[in-house]
Amino acid sequence: MPPVARWPVVRWTGAGTLLLLLLAFPLVFTQPHPRHVVITIFLFAMLAQAWNLLAGYCGQISLGHAVFFGAGAYTSTLLGKYFDLSPWIGMVVGAVVAVAVSQLIGYPVFRLRGHYFAIATIAVGEIVNTLMINWDWAGGARGLFVPIKRPDSLANLQFHQSKQNYYYIALGLLLLAFWITRKVEVSRMGYYLRAIREDQDAAASLGIPVAAYKQRAMALSAALTALGGSFYAQYILFIDPDSVFPTALSILICLVAVLGGIGTLWGPLIGAAILIPLGEWTRIYFGGTGKAIDLLIYGALIMLVSVIQPGGIMALAQRGRRRTG
Amino acid sequence: MPVATMLLDVRGVTKRYGGLVANSNISFQVGYGELVGIIGPNGAGKSTLFDLVTGFQPADEGQVLLEGESVTRLRPDEISRRGVARTFQKLKPFTQMTVVENVMVGAFQKTTVPARARREAMEALDRVGLADKAEAHARVLSTGQRKRLELARALATQPRLLLLDEVTGGVDQRSIPALVDLVRRLHGEGASLIVIEHNMSVIMGISQRIVALNLGEVIADGPPAVVGRDPRVVEAYLGQAYVA
Amino acid sequence: MTAEVLVQGLVSGLLMGFVYALIAAGLSLIFGLMEIVNFAHGEFLMGAMFATFWAWALLKLDPLVSLPFTVLLLALFGLLVYHGLIRWILGAPMLAQIFATFGLAIFLRAAAQALWGADFRLVKGPLVDGRISLAGIFIGLPQLVASVGALCAFGLLYWFIRKTETGLALQATSQDRQAAMLMGIDTQRMFALGWAIGAGCVGAAGALLAMFFYIFPDVGATFALLAYVAVALGGFGNVPATLLAGVIVGIVEVLGGLLIAPALKYAVVFSLYLVVVLWRPQGLLGRF
Repeated sequence: MPPVARWPVVRWTGAGTLLLLLLAFPLVFTQPHPRHVVITIFLFAMLAQAWNLLAGYCGQISLGHAVFFGAGAYTSTLLGKYFDLSPWIGMVVGAVVAVAVSQLIGYPVFRLRGHYFAIATIAVGEIVNTLMINWDWAGGARGLFVPIKRPDSLANLQFHQSKQNYYYIALGLLLLAFWITRKVEVSRMGYYLRAIREDQDAAASLGIPVAAYKQRAMALSAALTALGGSFYAQYILFIDPDSVFPTALSILICLVAVLGGIGTLWGPLIGAAILIPLGEWTRIYFGGTGKAIDLLIYGALIMLVSVIQPGGIMALAQRGRRRTG
Repeated sequence: MPVATMLLDVRGVTKRYGGLVANSNISFQVGYGELVGIIGPNGAGKSTLFDLVTGFQPADEGQVLLEGESVTRLRPDEISRRGVARTFQKLKPFTQMTVVENVMVGAFQKTTVPARARREAMEALDRVGLADKAEAHARVLSTGQRKRLELARALATQPRLLLLDEVTGGVDQRSIPALVDLVRRLHGEGASLIVIEHNMSVIMGISQRIVALNLGEVIADGPPAVVGRDPRVVEAYLGQAYVA
Repeated sequence: MTAEVLVQGLVSGLLMGFVYALIAAGLSLIFGLMEIVNFAHGEFLMGAMFATFWAWALLKLDPLVSLPFTVLLLALFGLLVYHGLIRWILGAPMLAQIFATFGLAIFLRAAAQALWGADFRLVKGPLVDGRISLAGIFIGLPQLVASVGALCAFGLLYWFIRKTETGLALQATSQDRQAAMLMGIDTQRMFALGWAIGAGCVGAAGALLAMFFYIFPDVGATFALLAYVAVALGGFGNVPATLLAGVIVGIVEVLGGLLIAPALKYAVVFSLYLVVVLWRPQGLLGRF
């Protein structure tokens, strides 16, 4: 065992303190904007965590993950709009739909490796985006408005007076993502996924049904992402293909995970905690061209990370620790 | 006394790549507890044979039977779960994991509990003499150590049949005797093995039986002493001029 | 839909196909050399188109006149990208390689947007303008010239790869890097050259497209995806095959639009990609 046996105690205390701070945050910061920023951080951290399961731990780099985000958002919204179904149920159904879609996509696409796979995921993302833009029953390019329900209620997952409840729900989703990832990490599945990432042939020679495990990772990842999508719909109350299906969103999710540390538990949160406020800051200070400036910084960051430390910030931190340890 | 049945029965296995015949009508058997060595010059089709037996390539013709059951059309992971483990000529350690984690991946075939897998992994590492390196990262190991790691990983799946592709390849001279000793020990403990090996003195020393391949065909099958003197084998390795 | 419309579409698809082929050729060349997919290829194209546009807007240079300069500019840019970025990730894990060029793509697109805004630009009144009629089929002259130009550039590339010593060295490096090194070929130089040529091809394509196509920061994205499909169809690394592949993509795009729905034509092309890589991963004429 590594020398510092105290680590678990320190780790748990640190995590616990962080959790307390996060729980207390909305009680201290009562303005909508800071809360919105942190909610966005939670959302992206959760999406990145979900992507991480498939890409970081299992090594399958999907560049079209927005498909599952949109699946969740659209399913819960359509069910709410046309069948008056509770958004909570819609969320669950959305996750189921996303899993189904993921298995459908995975079956052919997982036979590809490396670059072919990555491009295929972009292609799938674009196909779905195009189809949704042209599907009028689902709103087409104009999008869908989530039916407004008053008064605020947890049952309807809509709050108009304050963002506080959204905050806690988002935090809850993030904790769920953390919990699931941790569980996978220390289980047999975690070892198998990492083995697949390292060397598929060696993994198969040890009895791992590679395709089946890829599909499992994909399903888990898709389900979590869809939950995020449904939440987003209930939060923003409007969705359209451009906001939930574009390749740009897929890219942002990847970036958050890669910057923070792909394949690590804390990476997604770290990445989100840096990139989201960065995006907000550039939007405020650069106005209209703000969108371009933060993409400029994002692009430069991705390049830097790839060249210097593909393992992201977590890897940088680990290297430092090992040297002093 | 139980009736000796064949553990592995390879029947008429053929593999073609376009115009090239890598394996042509290869047949041989491996009994329980046997150590069979496979020799042949480069390009003879040895590794291809391993690939065919372990499901990494589909055979064009022929059958592979494991304890009477056909495994010819199965995937590598299915064959592994039926008790056939292998190492690779080009080593494939999981470089981002530690040594014990590597072996645990193998151990997980027999258990789903991580603690149990770790125990089994440590046992396997002990058997191959790598226990002291358990927490090291796989990528810092030397070639000889990596061979042991791959062996431990394969052993952790508790196989009935172990296929070793090149035991001494790339290993420094000093480390070879220890490795050979390890293989001998495993055999002594009752393992059934098929070993591909280029080093003649090693393979002749440990095998009970040798199957010699050349240009995709079996040219000899028998005890080492007999095969070593077989003129076809001598010719394959050294050329016509050397046949006594 | 009449036979006339169909034939018109096929011709138009064929013409665009040559341009796609040129774009794809650069991509395929780079991949064949170092197994790296240039995810910023579309942005290279966009850069070439903008360069052509500004040469026209500020210096009154017609696209055809500025073409050689655009090619040179892009070739130099390719070299810059190689030395500044690619060289450092040659041995890196695939993830790092994907994200490196990906990051570059995002960076370039954002830079264009920040510098020039999202407006659509168009070169008006190029040297070559108007339409001609060949056997009842209407063909825009700029499109025809672009197509012929692309074909010529492709031919030049082919001649270079197959017939010159440097070209043969490139082929050797792409087929077996170790062997090439042993024969004294400077592989680093080959890689840099590959990037320069690949970017140069895109430069030519961009200049040609700028004669009639709208120019905006995101314009590269769709062309890039079409190029990936063409490269996959022809077989990654098989440069001559991209000619046929580009034409197929062009025709499928048009047919998809005509037979299914104009809004879905790209979806049809991408579906083609999926079908190809699954059914025949090495491409129709592939090397791998």
